[in-house]
Amino acid sequence: MKIHQLSLFLENQPGQLIEPCRVLARATIDVRTLSLADTEQFGILRLIVSDWQKAAAILEQAGYAVNVTEVVALEVADRPGGLAEIMDVLEAKGDDASGINIEYMYAFPFGRGDRAVIIFRFDRPDAAIERLQSAGINVVDGVDVYSRVS
Amino acid sequence: MSFHPASAPDYLPRAQMDVLQLERLQRVVQRAWDRVQLFRDRVGRFDGVHCLAELANLPFTTKCDLRDTYPFGLFASPIEDVVRLHASSGTTGKPIVVAYTKEDLDVWTSVIVRTLAACGLDRRDIIQNAYGYGLFTGGLGAHYGAEALGATVIPISGGNTERQIMVLKDFKVTAICCTPTYFLHLLERAAEMGIDIAALPLRAGIFGAEPWTDAMRARIQQGGGIRAYDIYGLSEIIGPGVAIECEEQDGLHIFEDHFYPEIVDPDSGEPLPEGVEGELVLTTLSKQAMPMIRYRTRDITAIIPGPCRCGRTLRRMRRISRRSDDMFIIRGVNVFPSQIETALLAVEGTLPHYQIVLTREKGLDEMEVLVEVTSEVFSDKVGSLEHLHNRLGAALEHTLGIRAHVRLVRPRTIQRSEGKAQRVVDQRNLA
Repeated sequence: MKIHQLSLFLENQPGQLIEPCRVLARATIDVRTLSLADTEQFGILRLIVSDWQKAAAILEQAGYAVNVTEVVALEVADRPGGLAEIMDVLEAKGDDASGINIEYMYAFPFGRGDRAVIIFRFDRPDAAIERLQSAGINVVDGVDVYSRVS
Repeated sequence: MSFHPASAPDYLPRAQMDVLQLERLQRVVQRAWDRVQLFRDRVGRFDGVHCLAELANLPFTTKCDLRDTYPFGLFASPIEDVVRLHASSGTTGKPIVVAYTKEDLDVWTSVIVRTLAACGLDRRDIIQNAYGYGLFTGGLGAHYGAEALGATVIPISGGNTERQIMVLKDFKVTAICCTPTYFLHLLERAAEMGIDIAALPLRAGIFGAEPWTDAMRARIQQGGGIRAYDIYGLSEIIGPGVAIECEEQDGLHIFEDHFYPEIVDPDSGEPLPEGVEGELVLTTLSKQAMPMIRYRTRDITAIIPGPCRCGRTLRRMRRISRRSDDMFIIRGVNVFPSQIETALLAVEGTLPHYQIVLTREKGLDEMEVLVEVTSEVFSDKVGSLEHLHNRLGAALEHTLGIRAHVRLVRPRTIQRSEGKAQRVVDQRNLA
């Protein structure tokens, strides 16, 4: 159920982003979606790609610090209140008496019918999946995301 | 130029100086032999020093020895005779401790009086002492010498640039003691405040504790409307006051009635002749609490042959051009790359590739430490990286005692040179 996300360390300087894009292009790896977090000093490029193992290997080889994190992709109804419904489920105190926190999130450029697909980085991904599924929210399978079956 | 009585030894005929040096050398070596275990162990058989040339047969003392015997191991006086301790930064976070008896302080004061007199100062001068007061020898060393000269001393210590400029102006200061880069900083700040230092009564600066050049001197002298003198010293020997430039500004006169200079090959340790560049080795001729026999300063210089036009008979050395090890001096603080390694290691657990870049901006030295981010320490969260960044900065500041900028860089972006990594890139334009 979880999806492998690659994070790359970038220095906050001109020309830093194009390089990894070229590396992935040469290896014909498709970027499904990405998000770029930046501070004054550095940036973190987060990627969901078609073949994360291969991508991680070639990026490391190309001299990047690569971190692999498990994230969760959710279908979110593309209408007012769609995202809030999911937040409600996460905020509620579960069996363990605490809510689930979102570290960050970003969306896919494609949706599924009337639903958007959003990547969530939870502090407790397994607990999140369990809770969301029992609330009837569709957790998108990794294979679907990597190969873009929409 | 007026003459201060304390300066008499500056003009001693060479033959008399030789006799004085040998007599004092014999006494100090005997003292070290009698009272310092390390020296005795190292010398082995000892039957005295019969001429100055025989000093070259004695073993060297290094900074390492001071560290290994921390804190009091090289003292040659019982602690009840020691009236002052100073300390300077060492390589392992532990400082190096130096000790003075009452007589040692008197010698220190006298060489500072001679230093200031050589710079043309006397009792009418108002001296702003902007060297740091405290464990660092600069502040108190210059202070008591300036008082003994009879000058008016302002013990302002370092920092607080605006207040420095206000005092400089309002107190009609005629001479200042600080690092040369700090004075350049004062010049710039004063200009921003609309104050022209060149128009003030200030006429002399005694600058030391870091390397500088004639080009910097020209800027200081022109911008400040002053004469800028290079002072040399090190805590292990006494502090400031080992050598000073005179009005000729052509090399630094070594107060060799107290500090005996040799120049040696930094690799072989073999003595080198006059005029040849090598490592300065100093022997304290009159120190009681902590005699230093053949101390390796790691400073590279040469003895200038021939007498000085000023009339002093004291031998001169060239300004310190560089150091023989990888230690560098920033804002008067000695920093070793190994200290930086210690700090990085403490934070990350393993030692990342790093490089130290020294720059000089607006007349102030800055240190930036580039640290490669490895996959091991890298996380997908911005907060974790910022936390790492802050911890590295804090660890460096804690270890070094001065602020260092940390810049996280990509793996394998710091150049690996063949063999020894170039740990320090000094971009300070000293030329």
